[in-house]
Amino acid sequence: MSDTPKKPSLSMEASRRSFLMGGTALAATLFAPKFLRAADYPTAAVNTTGLAVTDTDVTVGILHSVTGTMAISETGSVQAEKLAIEQINAQGGVLGRQIKFIQEDGASDWPTFAEKAKKLLVNDKVASVMGCWTSASRKAVLPVFEQYNGFLYYPTFYEGLEESPNVIYTGQEATQQIIAGIDWVTQTKGAKSFYLLGSDYIWPRTSNKIARKHIEKLGLKVVGEEYYPLGHTQFNSVINKIRLSKPDVIYAIVVGGSNVAFYKQLKAAGIDMTKEKPLLLTISVTEDEIRGIGGENIVGAYACMKYFQSLDNPNNVEFVKEFKKMWGDDMVIGDVTQAAYLGPWLWKAAVEKAGSFDVDKVREASPGIELTTAPEGYVKVHENHHLWSKTRVGHAKADGQYEVVFETAELVEPDPFPEGYQ
Amino acid sequence: MFAKDNKLFSTGDIVGFVVLAVLIFIVLPAGLDTFRLNLFGKYLTYAFVAIGLVLCWGAGGILSLGQGVFFGLGGYCMAMFLKLEASTPEATKIQSTPGIPDFMDWNQITALPMWWEPFNSLTFSLIAVVLVPVIFAFIIGVAMFRRRVGGVYFAIITQAIAAIMTILIIGQQGYTGGVNGITDLRTLLGWDIRTDEAKVILYFVNAVLLFVCLFVAQFIRKSKLGRILIAMRDQEDRVRFSGYDVANFKIFVFCAGAAFAAIGGAMFTLQVGFMSPSFVGIVPSIEMVIFCAVGGRLSILGAVYGALLVNLAKTTFSEMFPELWLLGLGALFIAVVLAFPNGLAGLYKDYVEPRLMALFKKKADDGGGRNFDSIKAPAE
Repeated sequence: MSDTPKKPSLSMEASRRSFLMGGTALAATLFAPKFLRAADYPTAAVNTTGLAVTDTDVTVGILHSVTGTMAISETGSVQAEKLAIEQINAQGGVLGRQIKFIQEDGASDWPTFAEKAKKLLVNDKVASVMGCWTSASRKAVLPVFEQYNGFLYYPTFYEGLEESPNVIYTGQEATQQIIAGIDWVTQTKGAKSFYLLGSDYIWPRTSNKIARKHIEKLGLKVVGEEYYPLGHTQFNSVINKIRLSKPDVIYAIVVGGSNVAFYKQLKAAGIDMTKEKPLLLTISVTEDEIRGIGGENIVGAYACMKYFQSLDNPNNVEFVKEFKKMWGDDMVIGDVTQAAYLGPWLWKAAVEKAGSFDVDKVREASPGIELTTAPEGYVKVHENHHLWSKTRVGHAKADGQYEVVFETAELVEPDPFPEGYQ
Repeated sequence: MFAKDNKLFSTGDIVGFVVLAVLIFIVLPAGLDTFRLNLFGKYLTYAFVAIGLVLCWGAGGILSLGQGVFFGLGGYCMAMFLKLEASTPEATKIQSTPGIPDFMDWNQITALPMWWEPFNSLTFSLIAVVLVPVIFAFIIGVAMFRRRVGGVYFAIITQAIAAIMTILIIGQQGYTGGVNGITDLRTLLGWDIRTDEAKVILYFVNAVLLFVCLFVAQFIRKSKLGRILIAMRDQEDRVRFSGYDVANFKIFVFCAGAAFAAIGGAMFTLQVGFMSPSFVGIVPSIEMVIFCAVGGRLSILGAVYGALLVNLAKTTFSEMFPELWLLGLGALFIAVVLAFPNGLAGLYKDYVEPRLMALFKKKADDGGGRNFDSIKAPAE
């Protein structure tokens, strides 16, 4: 695409750095490709199912909304995926083949997603697809991927309750995002009562259900639970209810444009989040959303994610630098953007472990794939196609960034069908 | 003046129907692979809605901005049947309550709701596909037209109904699947609807149904009823003073439009494999009006071409320019509305048909009575 800047110098640098980083890594997958040549992997052998693989390149699909209401959220994912693809190409590609991509627009419209997914798989024969954002779009494409045996890397944190053989979930399922955060807020802040709030669809509802079960398990109290339609902008009544019920924590899973109204109205109603009376904990506001909300309107809130742009580790410093170099200095990177960046890398590692582009072999090779170069730190693919990853809590600052105040000591195991939380 | 129009098909109509039939039954299936053919099948489901709109809006002057509601109701009735069939206890054994649709399980519903039960029967579901939307349209029609609500007010109310319906579906997600819709539909009485052969068969079923609807629409238009509709559109009071019960005619044509839309919705569900509230709301409803406007709101055949052209443009532009395509589509609408207020059909009638006719016929008696030839289109 024309919007992919051509930067030969970047490629060289990227490959050298990644190579050095790989040297300290256990995972041979990351520097091994330096020595992989397409000639050692004849196309007939690595592609037995008629995918778009030639002697010199391999085609993948990128399927996100670049128009419509979701475009603002999904653009970051597209950018991260393009960055990852460019970096992989600079390192010599996958099995010695350069990655080409075909980008399709899901247009924030679920049937369009299904149509485009089908086009990518049936017409273009792409070897894998990086894409989707909302659960609804994933649900719409899922039957297509299962029918045509495609392979999807899905970046968003989501409600769980799904484990498709044709999807790798690079974001967190709900328990990975919720439980550690609630433990943290009860242990370090002494919170005893919670007010649950969310947009009205499956992800906030399922997440709040898990939160409620966990809160009640801890012997604490949920004093209210409310849902509002997507796009809702009048939160005054719930803000009044919150004031009356005086919870220790407002647990907010408001998404999209509603966020802007919600946080502005909270502020206007005199609830100063920096005083932490009540404290606000969210799992739906990344740095991307803060750009819309305005840092000054959300300063003092806490967010529970697996990744923040401010994470201080060499992988992330490098990633943020490369991302800004490619897409501009004013870019911010949210949790999902990072998870999207992992997609092409995880795919490359799985393909090279399998020694084949065939979807069945890549699927078989995927569990156990490790990335030591992930910006969020070490991650590993679980048998259930989700990632082992850490949970972190960030404290919102007025400049729109989060300061990381907590992270779990160990990787949290993904559990898309949590026992006792359903 | 009307005498010439009394024949069910004029020469022009026959030519039009034959050309469309050749296109849909021969050219498209022969020229396209299954994937593209399935896309055209999807576009054609919108043509059902557009035909209904030609009757309501073009002929009857009733602008409904809520046709998505009927499209959606038809689609949902079909989807409910297919979902129940896909939710066998074996297929859903991973759930805490096997045997119910997956989204119900996510929402802690432990038994199939009563009103879902009848949708285990295909016969009931097929009847419901048409009857539920028609009854709903009838209630709206009675409530509105008996009170002589019309014009802009009616359009606004239908739009509000579309919004309400979306909110209702999204809010009751335990029973409706919420914003995700009803997804992952697999078989119809054990027949896998996802295979390539099934797609081709469904395409032809869809095409046949479309022609049935076209014939019904043509019949309505050429009947006395159709002429009363036009008279109502142009001079409602005069019709009323002549002793006709205007409201009943409006209710009838509104229900007919709803039935067409519902059949389209059901065929959509079968061909696309899911149904979601994104086809019910305001935006899709207005899009459906655009199909009709581009095709020409006075011509039922034009409506089919409008639905095909707009959706084809949508797919093509979005494949070629993933980031700019909406601008292209917008430009197309503006160009059509500015340059050809009567849409493609108007263009055809003004420029193509006269030449065609001159070529065809030596016998001048058949006066080219196509569409609403004898009546001037009002400049609304």
